[in-house]
Amino acid sequence: MSQARESRSKSEISFTVNGLVSTVRAYPMERLLDVLRGELGLTGTKEGCGEGECGSCSVLLDGTLVNSCLIPVLQASGARITTIEGLGEPTRLHGLQKAFLECGGAQCGICTPGMILAAFHLLRKNPDPTLEDIREGLAGNLCRCTGYAQIFEAVAEAARRRDVS
Amino acid sequence: MKDNRIVGVSVPRKEGRDKITGRARYIDDMTLPGMLYGATIRSQIPRGKIKSVNFSSGINWDEFVIVTAKDIPGENCIALILDDQPCLADGAINHPEEPVLLLAHSDKHLLPKAVAAVSIEYEPLPAIFTIADSERGREIIWGADNIFKRYLIEKGSVDGIWERAAHIVEGEYTTGAQEQLYIENNGVIAAFDPEQGITLWGSLQCPYYVHKALMALCGLPAEKVRVVQMETGGAFGGKEEYPSMIAGHAALLAMKSNRPVKIIYDRMEDMAATTKRHPSRTRHRTAVSQDGKILGGEIDFTIDGGAYATLSSVVLSRGTIHAGGPYYWPSVRIRAQAVATNAPPHGAFRGFGAPQCLFAMERHMDRIAQVVGLSPHEIRRRNFLKVGQTTTTEQVIGEEIDLGKLLDRALELSSYHAKQAQFKKENVSAGIKKGIGIAAFLHGAGFTGSGERYLSSVVGVEGIANGNVRVLVSSAEFGQGTKTILCQIAAEALGLPYDNIEIGQPDTLEVPNSGPTVASRTAMIVGKLVHSAALGIKQTLIANGMLDQAYSAEQFRDACRDYVATHGRFRSLARYQEPGNIYWDDQNYRGDAYAAFAWAVYVAQVSVDLTTYQATVDDFVALQEVGKVLHPVLATGQIVGGVAQGIGYALYEKVVWKDGRMQNGQMTNYIMPTSADLPSIRVFFEETGNVHGAFGAKGIGELPMDGPAPAILNGIEDALGVRFDSIPLLPEDIFAKLTAPLGEQFHPAGAR
Repeated sequence: MSQARESRSKSEISFTVNGLVSTVRAYPMERLLDVLRGELGLTGTKEGCGEGECGSCSVLLDGTLVNSCLIPVLQASGARITTIEGLGEPTRLHGLQKAFLECGGAQCGICTPGMILAAFHLLRKNPDPTLEDIREGLAGNLCRCTGYAQIFEAVAEAARRRDVS
Repeated sequence: MKDNRIVGVSVPRKEGRDKITGRARYIDDMTLPGMLYGATIRSQIPRGKIKSVNFSSGINWDEFVIVTAKDIPGENCIALILDDQPCLADGAINHPEEPVLLLAHSDKHLLPKAVAAVSIEYEPLPAIFTIADSERGREIIWGADNIFKRYLIEKGSVDGIWERAAHIVEGEYTTGAQEQLYIENNGVIAAFDPEQGITLWGSLQCPYYVHKALMALCGLPAEKVRVVQMETGGAFGGKEEYPSMIAGHAALLAMKSNRPVKIIYDRMEDMAATTKRHPSRTRHRTAVSQDGKILGGEIDFTIDGGAYATLSSVVLSRGTIHAGGPYYWPSVRIRAQAVATNAPPHGAFRGFGAPQCLFAMERHMDRIAQVVGLSPHEIRRRNFLKVGQTTTTEQVIGEEIDLGKLLDRALELSSYHAKQAQFKKENVSAGIKKGIGIAAFLHGAGFTGSGERYLSSVVGVEGIANGNVRVLVSSAEFGQGTKTILCQIAAEALGLPYDNIEIGQPDTLEVPNSGPTVASRTAMIVGKLVHSAALGIKQTLIANGMLDQAYSAEQFRDACRDYVATHGRFRSLARYQEPGNIYWDDQNYRGDAYAAFAWAVYVAQVSVDLTTYQATVDDFVALQEVGKVLHPVLATGQIVGGVAQGIGYALYEKVVWKDGRMQNGQMTNYIMPTSADLPSIRVFFEETGNVHGAFGAKGIGELPMDGPAPAILNGIEDALGVRFDSIPLLPEDIFAKLTAPLGEQFHPAGAR
C-alpha cells in the first residue's frame, strides 16, 4: 500500500453504501476494507487475516460477496455496497440477525458481520438451502469459536421462517 | 436445583445485539485524536548478542518515535511469575521473535519501510530447538539446566509393582504446538498523561495481569495504571499473558511521545510472535494385572516452554495433575518438567497442559487394552475412578459421578457397537477405511491447588441510580458468554428479571479484581461470588427496612433507587473464601487439586481415504457431566467450538518450525477447520450438582479441548490397525507409515 501511495495521488471515488451515495478521497489501490472503516467509520467490517482467507471483511459489492481486504477501492467505483450496518440495527434486527442471536451463532462476534453477510448472500441465491448448501455457502468464512453448528442452525432457522428480507 | 427461572434458560447474550449488528467496539475500531501507530522490530536470529543497531539513511528518523530498552522507566520485564522475560531485548537474544526496538509514527503506512530500514548486527550463539536437546543440555540457555519447573507426584510406591504385573505396557506420545488463531489479532491502545498515568485499552482476557505488568514496567503506582478490556474477538488463552507484552510496548511509546499509540498486529506477526500451545512428550510405563486393572505406573511428562518461563510452570502443573486421566492408580510416580528452547515462549491455550497429557493417557489406554486383550471400553470401565477412591494426588472423589454410566450412554448415543461391527465387515474391501474411537477424561475447574486462595478474588454487585443492579467483575467476555451467565446468576439470586441486571466492559478503575478469565473458573468461582455479592444487596435493603422479604421487581427497583438517592454508592463485595474441607500440599503436590472436576466421554467416528490418506471425522458424540448447565445454548456452543479446535489439533493444525521460527504464519498455510471440514458434533450433558459453583455449575470452557484428539487417533487405529501416537496427524504422516516397510509399521506393544 505504501508503494501505491508514492506512485499515485488520491482520487475522488463515489459509490453507494447501504443505500447512501458516498464520495471519498482515497488512493486508488487502498483496500476497500480500510476506506469503509477509516473514511466512512463503518467499523462493523472486520479484518482477520488481510489475505482473503477468513472472510471477516466480507461485504456485498453489486450483490456479490467479496473480501473487502482484496478489493482496491477504485474497483468499487460506482458500485452498490452493503455492509453489516446496512442490514439491521439493534432495535430493528434483520431476520438473520435475530436467528443468530437466538441460536448462538455469535460468540466472540468478530467473524459475525462477515458471516451474516455470507449467509444473507446465500439465502438470496437459495432461499431454501439444505445443511450441505449452508456448509458450502459459508465455507469461505472462518469462525474459531463456534465450530459452525449454531451458525448453520441460525441460517436454517432464518430460512425456515422466511424472515430474510 | 428446583425451578430456576433464569439459570438454565437460554436468555439473549448481553452483548449479542451489538455483535450481530457490527456495533460492538473492538480495539481496532477505536481511534484517539493525535494517535500514533506503533511497530515492533524483532530479532532475526534465535540466540546471540546484539552488537549494534543501525538506522539506514533514506528515512526521516526525526519523525519517528524510537524506543529501546534504555527508555524503560521501571523494570525491563513482563511481570507475571518469574519475571524473566524482558519487554525489550537489552543485549541478549533468546528467540527469533524477540522484540528489540519500537517505532511509532502518525502515518501507519510509513512504518513497514522504516521497520525494514533498521538492521541489527549480532554475535550469534548456538541455539536449541527440541525437548531432547534441551534436556540433554547441549546448550544451557536458561538457569543452570534449562529446566523452568519440575513436579513430582508420588502416590504409594511403584517399586514393587513390576514383579506383580501380568503385563507391562510402555508408550511414548507427542503433541505439537497449536496456534489459538482467534480471528481478531492482538491489539492495544495506550495513552499517557503525567497526572493520570497510563490508560490501556486492549483485546485481552486478564485486565489485572496487564495492570500488574504495566506498573512494574512503567514504574507507576496502582492508581496510575488503568486497563480497559475492549470487546475481544476470541482469545482461547492466547490473550492471557501476551497482552502484557504488547501493552508494555504501546505504553513505552506513549510515555516517550506523550501521544496515544495504537499497536495492532497483522496476522503473520501475531502467529509468529505470540504464544502457542506447548509441544509435549509423554512416556508411560504401566503395570497391569491379568484382568486389566492398573496396578501402578510411571508417567514422564515434558513440555517445551520456549525461551522464557512465562506461564509454563502453571501449564505444567495442570498437565501433571491430569496425567493419570479419570482412572484409579493404586500407585503412581509422575515426573514432569518444563524445558527451555530458543522459540518464542509457549503459553496458555484452552486446556492448559491437559490436552497434551490426556492425549497420551487415552492413546495409552487403547494400547493397554490391546496388550491385555480387552476392548477399549472395557479396559476403561475396569479402571475408572469411583466415588470414595483417590486421584493421583490423593484427592478423594466426593462428587456423585458414575463414569461407567457415562461411558454406557456415550456408547449408546454413538451406536458404538453396531458401527464397530459394521466397519469391521466393510473395511475388508473398502478403499475408505472407517473406525470408531473413545476418549474418557476429566478437567479440573478453577486454579490448581491453593491457587484460588492466593488469587483471593473479589466480586462486586452494585445497586445503581436507575434501580437496576450492575455486576462488577474483571472477568472478561471473549465469546464464552461471561457477561450473560454472570447476569443470569445475579438475576436468579435476586429474583429479578434478567433485563434488570447490567454489566459493563471490565475497567480496573471501576471493577474489583475477580481474577483472570482463565482455567474454567468464571462460572464456578466468579459465579459463586456474584451470587454472594448479589445477596448482600438484597440483605442490605431488607435490613434497612426498605424491602420486605418477599418483593416484586418494581419494589426492588424502587428500594434500590431510594437507597442510592439517600446513601450514595451502593456496593456489595464478596471475597473468595476457601471451602473448609479443601487441603492442598504444594510441596508434595498432594491433596485436593480442584474443587470440582468436569467429566466426559467422547466418541469419534472417522474414516481414512487410502487414495488421499486424509483422515476425516464423520460423526462426533460429546457427552459430559459439567454440573448445572447455566445456559444450554452457550454451553453447547462451548462444547462444539472446543471439539472443533480439538479436531484441528488432531488432524489439521501444524506449526512448521525452522530455527525456532514459525514458517507458516498465515491462514493460507496454517489450516484450521472450515465449515466444510467438520462433522456433525452431537452434544449431550449430564447434570449432577456441585456445591462449589453458582447454582451447581462447574467449569466447562476447556474440557472439550481434551478429548477429541485421542478419540480420533483411537478411531484411526481402529480403522487401519496401525498405530499413530503423534499429533498433528496429517495425510503425509499416514502415507509415510502405511507405505513404510512392514517391519517399521507395527510396533509390538511392550508386553511381556
